[in-house]
Amino acid sequence: MSPDLLKLIFGRLGIDSLPLHEPILVGTFVMVALGGTALLAGLTYFRLWGYLWREWFTTVDHKRIGIMYMILGIVMLLRGFADALMMRAQQALAFNGSEGFLPAHHYDQVFTAHGVIMIFFVAMPLVTGLMNYVVPLQIGARDVSFPFLNNFSFWMTVGGAVLVMLSLFIGEFARTGWLAYPPLSNIGYSPDVGVDYYIWALQVAGVGTTLSGINLICTIVKLRCPGMTMMRMPVFTWTSLCTNILIVASFPVLTVVLALLSLDRYVGTNFFTNDFGGSPMMYVNLIWIWGHPEVYILVLPAFGIFSEVTSTFSGKRLFGYTSMVYATVVITILSYLVWLHHFFTMGSGASVNSFFGITTMIISIPTGAKMFNWLFTMYRGRIRYELPMLWTIAFMLTFVLGGMTGVLLAVPPADFVLHNSLFLIAHFHNVIIGGVVFGAFAGINYWFPKAFGFRLDPFWGKLSFWFWVTGFYMAFMPLYVLGLMGVTRRLRVFDDPSLQIWFVIAAIGAGLVALGIGCMLMQFAVSFLKREQLKDVTGDPWDARTLEWATSSPPPDYNFAFTPVVHDNDAWWDMKKRGYQRPLIGFKSIHMPSSTGTGIILAGFATAMGFGLIWYIWWLSAASFIAMLAVGIGHTFNYHRDFDIPADDVIRTEDARTKLLAGAK
Amino acid sequence: MSGLLRRSYPLAPQRKLILIRLGPVSRLKILALLPLAVALSGCNYVVLAPAGDIAAQQRDLVIISTVLMLLIVVPVMALTVLFAWRYRQSNSSARYEPDWDHSTKLELVIWSAPLLIIVCLGALTWMGTHLLDPYRTLGRVHADRAIDQSKAPLEVDVVALDWKWLFIYPDYGIATVNDLAAPVDRPINFRITASSVMNSFYIPALAGQIYAMPGMETKLHAVVNHTGTYKGFSANYSGAGFSGMHFNFQGLDDNGFDAWVAQAKSAGGSLGRSEYLQLEKPSENEPVRRYGTVDTDLYRLILNMCVETGKMCQSEMMAIDAKGGLGHEGLNNTLPLSYDKYARRGTALGPEPSFVAGTCTPDAPQGAATAASIKAPLDTAPLVGAGLRRPTFAPLKSSSFFLGQRPKSDS
Amino acid sequence: MTIAVNPSQTGEPVFYVADEHPHPEGYSTSLGFWIYLMSDCLIFAMLFAAFGVLGANYAAGPAPKDLFDLDLVAVNTSMLLLSSITYGFAMLTMQQNKIAQTQMWLLITGLFGAAFIGIELTEFAHMIHEGATPQRSAFLSAFFTLVGTHGLHVSCGLIWLVTLMVQVWRFGLIEANRRRLMCLSMFWHFLDVVWIGVFTFVYLLGVLR
Repeated sequence: MSPDLLKLIFGRLGIDSLPLHEPILVGTFVMVALGGTALLAGLTYFRLWGYLWREWFTTVDHKRIGIMYMILGIVMLLRGFADALMMRAQQALAFNGSEGFLPAHHYDQVFTAHGVIMIFFVAMPLVTGLMNYVVPLQIGARDVSFPFLNNFSFWMTVGGAVLVMLSLFIGEFARTGWLAYPPLSNIGYSPDVGVDYYIWALQVAGVGTTLSGINLICTIVKLRCPGMTMMRMPVFTWTSLCTNILIVASFPVLTVVLALLSLDRYVGTNFFTNDFGGSPMMYVNLIWIWGHPEVYILVLPAFGIFSEVTSTFSGKRLFGYTSMVYATVVITILSYLVWLHHFFTMGSGASVNSFFGITTMIISIPTGAKMFNWLFTMYRGRIRYELPMLWTIAFMLTFVLGGMTGVLLAVPPADFVLHNSLFLIAHFHNVIIGGVVFGAFAGINYWFPKAFGFRLDPFWGKLSFWFWVTGFYMAFMPLYVLGLMGVTRRLRVFDDPSLQIWFVIAAIGAGLVALGIGCMLMQFAVSFLKREQLKDVTGDPWDARTLEWATSSPPPDYNFAFTPVVHDNDAWWDMKKRGYQRPLIGFKSIHMPSSTGTGIILAGFATAMGFGLIWYIWWLSAASFIAMLAVGIGHTFNYHRDFDIPADDVIRTEDARTKLLAGAK
Repeated sequence: MSGLLRRSYPLAPQRKLILIRLGPVSRLKILALLPLAVALSGCNYVVLAPAGDIAAQQRDLVIISTVLMLLIVVPVMALTVLFAWRYRQSNSSARYEPDWDHSTKLELVIWSAPLLIIVCLGALTWMGTHLLDPYRTLGRVHADRAIDQSKAPLEVDVVALDWKWLFIYPDYGIATVNDLAAPVDRPINFRITASSVMNSFYIPALAGQIYAMPGMETKLHAVVNHTGTYKGFSANYSGAGFSGMHFNFQGLDDNGFDAWVAQAKSAGGSLGRSEYLQLEKPSENEPVRRYGTVDTDLYRLILNMCVETGKMCQSEMMAIDAKGGLGHEGLNNTLPLSYDKYARRGTALGPEPSFVAGTCTPDAPQGAATAASIKAPLDTAPLVGAGLRRPTFAPLKSSSFFLGQRPKSDS
Repeated sequence: MTIAVNPSQTGEPVFYVADEHPHPEGYSTSLGFWIYLMSDCLIFAMLFAAFGVLGANYAAGPAPKDLFDLDLVAVNTSMLLLSSITYGFAMLTMQQNKIAQTQMWLLITGLFGAAFIGIELTEFAHMIHEGATPQRSAFLSAFFTLVGTHGLHVSCGLIWLVTLMVQVWRFGLIEANRRRLMCLSMFWHFLDVVWIGVFTFVYLLGVLR
């Protein structure tokens, strides 16, 4: 075939795009291929495809979508963490003239991919998954406002993740750092496909995130059950509301800034070029206008989880509910006024720098108030140290440290000496792991029995907890130290042998975290095997306080046979206290949205379009785009998107639960 | 903590010996030696024990802010542990008040305590940021030494290249690559730019960092108080050779500095535009280089991204833009880019890469004179075509936007 | 849905709605669409910001006053404003349940919209033919992107409009279609408002600068 024809068909994709010369990647590919084949063969053998397609892939049930988000997050955690291990190993080895085991070309991809994956495809899915699962239950709704959109959002997020994973085996990922600052990320200095993978993975996933933000705001505003005023919403719902407002008000910024970067890269415009009047500094500003709220998008739901967990396991009402809500709202607003603190060193004037430094510090006031609220929730409580509570205590101790170093970095002159150093790395891992990851794990352990009807095994859970916590401290405290020694981030080799000991300690810490992740996977497996032993038939295993515990575990498709009516912040606690009797008769048919495959199909085309754009396979992009348009328009011709669960089915489900509950007594 | 505040000078040789011998096999033994090793390497906290007055003041701010925050962080952590222990379920002697959820007094305390700290810290930040603004000239060379007015500050022009540092000493007419030196107690004025991508100029022992950005200039004022050799590097990832982009910064006494300058002078070699274009090409782990003479206009040309002949300088472009551009005539004022640092710069769907050609005159082939004359216009009429010579090369064809093809000129 | 939130007559608190009706279809749609519009508004805000930053960086090339033909832009603006008015008429006739008239007004709206896009494309083609391509300067990059993004939105609106006309033709002015027409109406007027911003800040102030 002529080269022109090949180029027309494959764009710039060729045999040499496959990283056949990288033994690490080839090995990974072989393992992934074997594992994947085994998985596919298993699914085929047990004839699960139909089940998966009908019950999961096409579902619009917020609970199943939530669970799928969590699975996505945990799978991607394994990938992101593998990158982390490689970085820690490389930095621990590359001393005394050794180049370590990763060449620059590979190492630079590893740290970029680590950041991108951990933020967009681990933290975001975990947080979105929890919100998706819990919020409608907490507000007594049957589903989210736009169930189809929810399914579509999820698959778009998956599409982004697929693109990132593809970059591992076809071509390469960006070598620019996770925010891809131009000019480095512009076509002149990164002409390869890496940055294009980055752009399109984030664009595809970003659409999903924005839409899911809109969806959850509507759900919370419009679908609360009777009696649930704004100031009676559980704190997790409040933080979810604020998070989703932040999503809707910040992800479009990311969309624009990436779109402008892709225009620079594809058609040669001059937004972020050095020449022709472009301004790379504008990129840095714009991306942090998204980037800083993003931090709060991740951590606010975690705050919500800790609020629920603390009050539940202290057996006490949450202290200072009102100030908790206001603190959340204040953080939401302030998070837009601090973006410049990510680049004090760009040379803005002293007044500008101090303005942004001080606004940053102000955020610590509501955050501090929250911390005290949790403290005083524990005060005069009866604290049960189940797993979620353990994670919460670990969070409280860890997060204040991270918060403190964060405020320190907000002092511009202090930032001048610590910016981009390993101190900074330690700081944000301290808040993201100590806040978001611990929060997600607290949430997983807390709501798992709700989702699956049995608790997670506490032995493996505690093992995982201790490995994680000690591993975290061992991995990141040395980085604080290294930062104070003036060691900067993203270095691949080192000259000064006195630093090595710290990197070795950090690598051991990362190893402990790996054990923690392993124990967590064990925990899931063991809990599944021991599910009869760990079974929860009451639907309320923790003696909890909010509405999601009022229904069965796992909840029926329709969540609540009758929409609940709420009289108190702690609605379920109030119901239990006042002798609420579960209704046994009078069930009616329930109106529910129907499943649809449109979401996954649309997202599939979007991913194919992204892939075509990355490799300059223009026909594929055009065809996918047209197909997307056609499927999207076709979908609007379907006016029958819901059905009724017959009353008989509701009665059967509810009677089964009545029997279970009687058996439990 | 006693080690924290000790001054840090070049690596203690004995420490080097201990760790340098650790081969891969003995690495596991490090675990057993952890406490010892931690103590040993405890004296390299350059950020906490710098050799320059600016960095020392920044260190002070780090410590003061930390102490201020510890005022609230320590009680919170202590209370967390205390409450977690005291109110555990098995301790039935502790009070249990399941419905207690509000206390106005406590609320006041928990909002105002952090607020007070932040007020103090905010004031400190405002003052510190202004006093330690890198653009601000120094007021002293050391906590107890005023500036010696008889000595002019040392001017150093810094250029971040891929992946090495170029230092130009305009007063001495010398330039070095990856080697920086300054006399002790003499203020240094850095002017910083970059050739291609963003970097950050950072010598932890001397002063905080500031970005080095192409086409832009940042400034840093600092002073070194102790002789010694310190590490300097780029603190902003800039591509494949980033890890090797470091240099030694030497604090020297006056004689030592003179000798250092003389050494550079005697190195011979000269850094002109063509040498710079050669030097600018990406290279990794560059050894130290010295140039006895340097083109006096070179830094200005680098900063304005017009070292290449025929390219319009940014200063000129900005002056023209401030006057309202060059109108339709300006449309043809681009040339195809023949010189480039990387293999390919063109985009898939756009035209071939180009640059804006300088509006040159015979006596100022670089357009400097044009820019100067444009800066002070007397009439405010549109500048269309003013001082513009019709270039002799093929003009940009509009069709190229769609076709992505354009005849290459030989310029 | 009317239920007693307060304790019922017997003094027992009510904990669930015994006799409930599901939320009507499209209960959250208008709120959701509003929020979407606000996120879209943010996209334009960013593009305006980029134009604000880069709008005077001509790279020694042409400035707005050399390029913009205000007469043409005025005609173009009137096309879009008129299309908003005719869309308003379409909504009024929809309220009166007059399918044919609604369709007619929608058609007229679409024609105005298409005229707007046509004029805009002519303007772009002219500029590009002159050599004022998006690549020539940061100002032109920001200009083409901002105005082009608006044009892209109008084009999407046109596709949507045609789709809705087909749906009204096939299924009539049923509740779902009314809701969709209402959403498109908001979208269309929103684009109008954005265009007023473009007209003012990009064209008028650009020429004045």
